[in-house]
Amino acid sequence: MPHDSAPIPSRRDFLKGVGCLTVGFVLFGANPLLAAPGNPELPGSLQDNPRINAWLEVLADGRVRVLTGKIEIGQGIRTAVAQIAAEELDMPLERVEVVLAETGRTPDERYTAGSASIEQSAMSVRYAAAAARQKLLILAAAQFKTTPGRLTLRDGAVHASTGRQLSFAQLLGGQQLTDEVRLPIQLKPKANYRYVGQSIPRPDIEQMVRAEPYYVQDLRFPGMVHARILRPPSYEGRLASFDTKALQKAVPGVLQVVIDGSFVAVLAEREYDAKLAQDYGRLHARWSGGRKLPADQPLAEHLRSLPAVDKRTTDKGNVDSLATDATLRASYFKPYLMHGSIGPSCAVALFDKNELHVWTHSQGVYPLRDSLAKLLKINPDNVHVKGVPGSGCYGHNGADDVAADAALLARAVPGRHVRVQWSRDDEHAWEPYGSAMLFDMAARLDPKTGRITHWQHELWSDTHSTRPAGSPEKLLAAQYRATPLLPKPEDDFSGGIYRNSEPYYDFPAVRVDTHYVQGPLRVSALRSLGAYGNIFALECFMEELAVKSGQDPYEFRLRHLTDERAKAVIRKVRDMVRSEKLAARQGLGVAFARYKNKAAYCAVVAKVSVAPEEDGATIRVLKIWSAIDAGEVINPDGLRNQTEGGLIQAASWTLNEEVLFNTQQVTTRQWEQYPIFRFDEVPLVEVAVLNRTTEPPLGAGEAAQGPTAAALANAVFHACGKRVRQLPIRPEKLL
Amino acid sequence: MDANLTLLVNGKQHTLRLDPATPLLYVLRNDLALNGPKFGCGLQQCGACMVLLDDVAWPSCQLPVHQVTGGVAITTLEGLAAPDGTLHPVQAAFVQEQAAQCGFCLNGMVMSAVSLLRQYPKPDEAAIRNGLFRVLCRCSVQARAIKAVQRAAGV
Ligand code: FES
Ligand code: FES
Repeated sequence: MPHDSAPIPSRRDFLKGVGCLTVGFVLFGANPLLAAPGNPELPGSLQDNPRINAWLEVLADGRVRVLTGKIEIGQGIRTAVAQIAAEELDMPLERVEVVLAETGRTPDERYTAGSASIEQSAMSVRYAAAAARQKLLILAAAQFKTTPGRLTLRDGAVHASTGRQLSFAQLLGGQQLTDEVRLPIQLKPKANYRYVGQSIPRPDIEQMVRAEPYYVQDLRFPGMVHARILRPPSYEGRLASFDTKALQKAVPGVLQVVIDGSFVAVLAEREYDAKLAQDYGRLHARWSGGRKLPADQPLAEHLRSLPAVDKRTTDKGNVDSLATDATLRASYFKPYLMHGSIGPSCAVALFDKNELHVWTHSQGVYPLRDSLAKLLKINPDNVHVKGVPGSGCYGHNGADDVAADAALLARAVPGRHVRVQWSRDDEHAWEPYGSAMLFDMAARLDPKTGRITHWQHELWSDTHSTRPAGSPEKLLAAQYRATPLLPKPEDDFSGGIYRNSEPYYDFPAVRVDTHYVQGPLRVSALRSLGAYGNIFALECFMEELAVKSGQDPYEFRLRHLTDERAKAVIRKVRDMVRSEKLAARQGLGVAFARYKNKAAYCAVVAKVSVAPEEDGATIRVLKIWSAIDAGEVINPDGLRNQTEGGLIQAASWTLNEEVLFNTQQVTTRQWEQYPIFRFDEVPLVEVAVLNRTTEPPLGAGEAAQGPTAAALANAVFHACGKRVRQLPIRPEKLL
Repeated sequence: MDANLTLLVNGKQHTLRLDPATPLLYVLRNDLALNGPKFGCGLQQCGACMVLLDDVAWPSCQLPVHQVTGGVAITTLEGLAAPDGTLHPVQAAFVQEQAAQCGFCLNGMVMSAVSLLRQYPKPDEAAIRNGLFRVLCRCSVQARAIKAVQRAAGV
């Protein structure tokens, strides 16, 4: 199987709410160099799993094994945690192996989400490794009858000045370090770093390029059965009839058809037979009911018309006067977007001797274990969930759903591994999308000073997070069984809806009104959640105000900021494009945000050209530049890779993408109907990383999404004078 | 109806008993346990399943296996490296440029690039974009992939 060697940092993730986001970075203790101001707490993941051996094991052959509760989703977490452990323990990097999320094995770090892999997991490993180092030195000092200060660590051993040495394994005599990690902990001085801050290549990229087994899709077990699911044509459709005898006749390779209410699956020894059976079922199964979708009304209007739960999420100063003296008002819209993983969701499950084993690319193995235990009504101790990389997910896609499919089917054929592969149509039509959003903006600019005095941001959106989180009813299969479990509307108002709606700018009076509505489509977390839409609206509106008052877009932003790090990324990106020449109908657009207002700082400039109307007004993105400050950088190339990907992906969202539906169903069910960027559309990208080695690392993997959207809209405006406020920015909207 | 079919994959002959309509992708992954070609869409729209047929990159997800018997040289990602394990220059260039995130699209990119360079050893940027056009990448490492192909071609 794949997964036991190393990769990088960056798409850090989040979860668990705000509480665990604070990064403990401060150290007490001896080295005054390290006693930086900050939060004197350990990372939340480490507080939840405080023992050293939860994170780190010493192997008999002298290697060290690091355990992370995060899964590799292309963000390079494997390399990042290896770099950090090797650093603190002064080990060669090749002698550190990494184990990824697996229940009963690795720490429970809930979800690999929210750009928190570095902030949480890697920082936990840093403290655990530093604590291990301290303990190993103490143990060795006792053996050598000296003091820890006279000893050094090298190559997995503690060395005395006399030349004596003992390997970590010898020092522990087969035991592991079970001490709890407690402050104060002395971290290695950053000046002595060898690995951290270096662009260490991800070893798993070579595995991939060699076609070694790596993905959950590559798992093969003796006697494994292949399954496909038959979903209804519409949300909430119910199975009316399915002639399984006719199916058996048409596709003799079918082993079994599982029908549990409207949850229907076909199983076969050969995958192709399962596919044929699915094709057959799509043509011949009969369904009834199904929820009608509001296709007869523009989506923006529909969102505005829905009953809402309202909350004033920011209220600073008084903006009432805007009712009469706003300088500018504008509405913006963001459609439903797809995660669009290149490999559709897949899982393998085995039900054997009352135990369930699941191999999954879910972002949260522990919450999934609890959800599956409840779904199958078995004890969570009898559920084992192992994280195996899948195709990049960018949030909560069909990963958990397909794992539930596999779990239910495994119980139907106990003793055999069941592999469920979603089809492209399943993924496109049933994944939980990123929510559509609508924004009304208003602001007042002081005509004398040119500064913004009042700012109002009103938004309508569904939730941005419906992860199963330990309960079963959000899993698709659960909703369609004979005894369906139906999800309750989200009561958690914080589900990412108003992320980054509060401006990072220093405006005297700000109000944000958030209207939580239940939209027509299935939704959940998509990279950056509400931040993409909120920043799009906020940074377009900033630009509109700058243009209206005749101010330079960079200076306009800079003069409303007080945080020097924010200003630095804007200045940096301005420098990067200073020598750009613009031809006719070309434009540059800038935008800035600090992700979540507390994670990475990111400024983006896009250069576009807009062909004239007579040529169909095509929009071409020529290049995108970005400057990013994510605090201390563990692996600069990893961060650059993530940011480049964010820029291009967000450009594709912004220019091309929109989930569409008719009254019956989602109609964008293939790539042809949901055309993400192809190679001819992809811009060149250039990313500058501002490495702040003395600052805590900040979540960065989602930082580019919002600024890219606004930078593109602003660039299109400067290229052709047309302001597009409804995403996606399709050429027809320029006519 | 199953039939005996002989395929030439990565230089080796395999005789298999299968439904001749089975798409090549399923045969490569399931009967020959190869991991290079991936299932992405099954619709010839994403390039994840790319293989070389003789020297030409072609999606294998809808290609009935009976059409590639009779000595067509099928090469998968596994078949690119030299017998001693030395990576093909295109593979090596993707590693050097770290042109992957999740890597799911890598097969399509590498196979398309190999095919492109066999036809046009010194492609310009437009030719590279064109050569990789059928491959989708959602992590969006395309800018790096272009650099990797340029590196492999020495342009
Ligand atoms: S899987 Fe063949 S092109 Fe997508
Ligand atoms: S690297 Fe993930 S799809 Fe290309």
